[in-house]
Amino acid sequence: MQYALLFYNQPLDQVPAAQRETVVAEMLEEMRVWHAELDRAGVFRSMLRLAPTDSATSLRRNGDEVLVSDGPFAETKEILGGLAVLDCADLDEALAFAKRCPLAKIGTVEVRPEFAAAR
Amino acid sequence: MAGAAAAPYAAGMGQGGGREALEAIVRGEAGLVLASLIARFGDFDLAEDALQDAVAAALERWPRDGVPERPAAWLTVAARRRAVDRLRHAAMRKDKADALRASEELRRAEQASEEADDDVPDERLRLLFTCCHPALSPEAHVALTLRTLGGLSTEAVARAFLLPVATLAKRLERAKRKIHDARIPYRVPAEPEWAGRLDSVLAVVYLIFNEGYSATEAEPAARRSLCGEAIRLARMLAALLPREGEAHALLALLLLHDARRDARFGAGGAFVPLDEQDRGRWHRDEIREGLAALRAAAACPGRGPYQVQAAIAAAHVLAPSGAETPWDTIAALYVELEALAPSPVVRVNRAVALGRARGPEAGLALLAALEGEDAARRLAGYQPYHAARADLLRRAGHGVEAAAAYRTALDLCRGEPARRFLAGRLAELES
Repeated sequence: MQYALLFYNQPLDQVPAAQRETVVAEMLEEMRVWHAELDRAGVFRSMLRLAPTDSATSLRRNGDEVLVSDGPFAETKEILGGLAVLDCADLDEALAFAKRCPLAKIGTVEVRPEFAAAR
Repeated sequence: MAGAAAAPYAAGMGQGGGREALEAIVRGEAGLVLASLIARFGDFDLAEDALQDAVAAALERWPRDGVPERPAAWLTVAARRRAVDRLRHAAMRKDKADALRASEELRRAEQASEEADDDVPDERLRLLFTCCHPALSPEAHVALTLRTLGGLSTEAVARAFLLPVATLAKRLERAKRKIHDARIPYRVPAEPEWAGRLDSVLAVVYLIFNEGYSATEAEPAARRSLCGEAIRLARMLAALLPREGEAHALLALLLLHDARRDARFGAGGAFVPLDEQDRGRWHRDEIREGLAALRAAAACPGRGPYQVQAAIAAAHVLAPSGAETPWDTIAALYVELEALAPSPVVRVNRAVALGRARGPEAGLALLAALEGEDAARRLAGYQPYHAARADLLRRAGHGVEAAAAYRTALDLCRGEPARRFLAGRLAELES
């Protein structure tokens, strides 16, 4: 079953500018190690790091029209910073990989199964 | 989809004198059978429906043909056949994609039901760990555990927790759907999760017991029956995990508390403190079983909080009389408990024990030390803290302060037995 791991964390501009580069470099390195582990286990499907929410554009319906507007779905303190899709045997396996994700140390990782047809 | 509100095995009961005996047999076996069905079919609702069918058949057949030698095996075989029938019917109704999936389930199910059935494999532990999976809410842990392994109907669980049936049915439905949709496995966890997962299973059983134990005589019998369900679960855990000291210790703790159930309330329904209880009303058989379970716990490696709590309960019941309660030992055990599982609640109990061992001033000093800590804010609304303080002040001869503390405790008190007890102590002080 496919599981989406949604990474929520504070936007990068919350990190002091002087440290930003180091923080990002360290995280990317840790993510690379994690990614390699997923690959070895054969569970990796895809992963996406998202640009900051100020680059987001949202479409909203207003009556019969669809309005295009600047900004994310909702302004929140923690933002969706990226996501990964893993193919795991069950929730325990997905949770075990999610726990080892370096982003779990600095934010929230939401684990969601793909939609399954009702019985 | 199953009617989640339906009792798992109450439908189609036959009439006649043997009915209660048959129900007792079914009740005793339901958890084992249901667990093996869920393990085989991976589907709570299908398993529950199939078991319900099998029980209806049993209650029709058994009075006529006699109770089979192995009722659990009989029920399991009958339920598996019913489950396969249900899957077959479902497959015929569904469209192509679903039919394909259903036929695969059917093939697996038929394979499963053809296997030799001399013994029903004991899958209860797997089911219990699934019911108490951390991805489910604590409320769901309790409801699922009681509904599946406790073999209580949804109505009985709802009555026990003083919840509307619809609320509980929805909670169960949601939890079962999540187990299916997120594919929460039926698995006994391995290291490194084992200890934490076992803790949460034990905590669920303990919580079920406490819900029942806090019930008063005025409340529905279903609520009080939670104690019996919790003890059944604890016995099962101790039997399935003979090397886990805390499983034996939990069983010991529950039995040693439950043994005193009839002595806890005095005239007029007032709560009676442990050292003032009529020991003739304690259930000696449960005390014996509890002490044996505590010895089994002590023989396992390690010593956890349940074992220390059971040791405290044992120290109380082993004293020949209330006046001979070994308060020194009990105070020392509370020190150990506080080190293992620190909480203001444990501190309050430790202060009470120390007050009895070394004099009320020592207990009051321990409580006073709490007041500077963060816990003080939480304690302000905690009735047992004020009741303990009142008792220590009373024993120290500070009548006016004691009366004030009793009044605060009374204001916070919600249970009728405790209210009557506190009011009685206050009346004694004021007379």
